[in-house]
Amino acid sequence: MAPIVSVQSLTKRYDSGFEALTDVSLDIREGEILALLGPNGAGKTTLISTICGITNPTSGRIEVGGHDTIEEFRAARSLIGLVPQEINLEPFEKVINSVRFSRGLFGQAPNDAYLDEVLARLSLTDKRDQKIVTLSGGMKRRVLIAKALSHEPRVLFLDEPTAGVDVELRRDMWDTVAELKASGVTIILTTHYIEEAEAIADRIAVINKGRILLVQDKEALMAEMGRKELRIELTEPVAEVPAALAEYDLERSEDGTALTYCYDTHAESTGITRLLTDLRGAGLHLRDLQTRQSSLEEIFVGLVTEPA
Amino acid sequence: MNFQAVRSIYIFEMARFFRTLLQSFISPVISTSLYFVVFGAAIGSRIQEVEGVGYGAFIVPGLIMLSVMTQSTSNASFGIYFPKFIGTIYEHLSAPVNFLEITLGYVGAAVTKSLFIGLIILATAALFVDLQIQAPLAMLAFLVLTCISFSLLGFIIGIWASNFEQLQLIPLLVITPLVFLGGSFYSISMLPPLWQTITLFNPVVYLISGFRWSFFGLADVPIGISLLAIAGFTALCLGVIWWIFRTGWRLRT
Ligand SMILES: Nc1ncnc2c1ncn2[C@@H]1O[C@H](COP(=O)(O)OP(=O)(O)OP(=O)(O)O)[C@@H](O)[C@H]1O
Ligand SMILES: [Mg+2]
Repeated sequence: MAPIVSVQSLTKRYDSGFEALTDVSLDIREGEILALLGPNGAGKTTLISTICGITNPTSGRIEVGGHDTIEEFRAARSLIGLVPQEINLEPFEKVINSVRFSRGLFGQAPNDAYLDEVLARLSLTDKRDQKIVTLSGGMKRRVLIAKALSHEPRVLFLDEPTAGVDVELRRDMWDTVAELKASGVTIILTTHYIEEAEAIADRIAVINKGRILLVQDKEALMAEMGRKELRIELTEPVAEVPAALAEYDLERSEDGTALTYCYDTHAESTGITRLLTDLRGAGLHLRDLQTRQSSLEEIFVGLVTEPA
Repeated sequence: MNFQAVRSIYIFEMARFFRTLLQSFISPVISTSLYFVVFGAAIGSRIQEVEGVGYGAFIVPGLIMLSVMTQSTSNASFGIYFPKFIGTIYEHLSAPVNFLEITLGYVGAAVTKSLFIGLIILATAALFVDLQIQAPLAMLAFLVLTCISFSLLGFIIGIWASNFEQLQLIPLLVITPLVFLGGSFYSISMLPPLWQTITLFNPVVYLISGFRWSFFGLADVPIGISLLAIAGFTALCLGVIWWIFRTGWRLRT
């Protein structure tokens, strides 16, 4: 299937001369949730802004639904909804009017029934006729989402939708995103909360210093890089790993009171049972055992802090 | 053509106008009345007639022009500056709209507002002086064209401005003096010859002259030249706006 969004060799240099994106290529599949991860200033917002037409690309090509975003900007942009990182809203306008405005701007005929449905889905029904200035920050963010959905887009960009949102609201947001996906909308979201990407994304892209470092299925990524560790604490410290245990590649802690064993949870046999037997054979006594799975967070930190 | 977008922008802008309707209505009424008290009663008692027209009536076209020009400029400039200021401009930039549609929406709303104000001033003036309009259609055409061209100018200023001071700079430093010196309250023929020549470089002279002609059949410059001047000014503004959207100047980074 052709990708719904296709970014080819995109470079963006701002007027200041700063290159915020360098040769970025990325295909987004229809119907997926793609999480774009990267530290502050990595280029996430720049990438989204360039796809949506807010900033001009310096070079490269972008297609949305098969339409070039410059030559066929009308067809391309009609498919896109954007929730910006900053909360930018007309303060003295009513929620419903602001949402109506967005729908019209994207060329759709008025349809209050649909807009009321969108507001209901975002729990904004009772705020429908209130002025935006009277809403809380979390509600304003929902209004932004309602505006982005007002013209029934096929692709939704969410730039840090849960920044500054409390835990409960964040879970609600995740549910909303899952519902949207179920209704066939492709979602691209940026976030600084790795557990968020872990919870809802189908694929993960990592960007740093304007370059895409990796794009992978979340499951595969976690399986490939997500290894498990078994930490064995000993009653007596050891000076070195006994030769009889060499095949396990154990790592000895600084003070010798613990050994760490790494294994792959997906392997046919983890080797744990055998290791425990061999430990006893080598005359070591266990005090405690702990297992730990490396999270997406560690993978992420490992990627972006690696020397370039 | 994305007509829905034009309609949306227009409605949204007009909603802002209606929120402050009373204010939009009262302030021109009060300021017009003040002008009549000061210019009509105080000065008008000394200047009896200008070229056969009572002074009170003579200043009406200039008075309307003064308000319409400043209102068009400030309404249109504020209309497009505000989304830039609060950041909602991202929507316009990411929407399937082109320059013509955005301009039509904002300038259309600004034209409507200033036309409304112009007509209110005309009605208020009619309470003070006896007005006869010789060419009503021409009068309306001049009024509408002035609203359009100055709203276009305001739209450009709104895109150009990067703070509120700049937004007010041009209306204050350029438009108001040009209107005052452009024969709003006197006939050019009342000036010494040297000043008459200098005044002809003021584009506003042509607009006020044409507008006044439609009331009294009196003009400082031939009516055809007035029409050419306003058409040229409108075309110039449209050209600049077309260039702005083509290059993304001050809008897209
Ligand atoms: N208009 C601009 N002019 C010049 N440089 C810019 C401009 N906008 C962004 N940048 C720079 O481009 C880089 C990428 O910025 P961007 O906003 O895309 O980062 P981000 O990944 O979204 O960061 P964050 O997580 O903080 O939102 C930053 O170094 C930023 O300073
Ligand atoms: Mg950002």
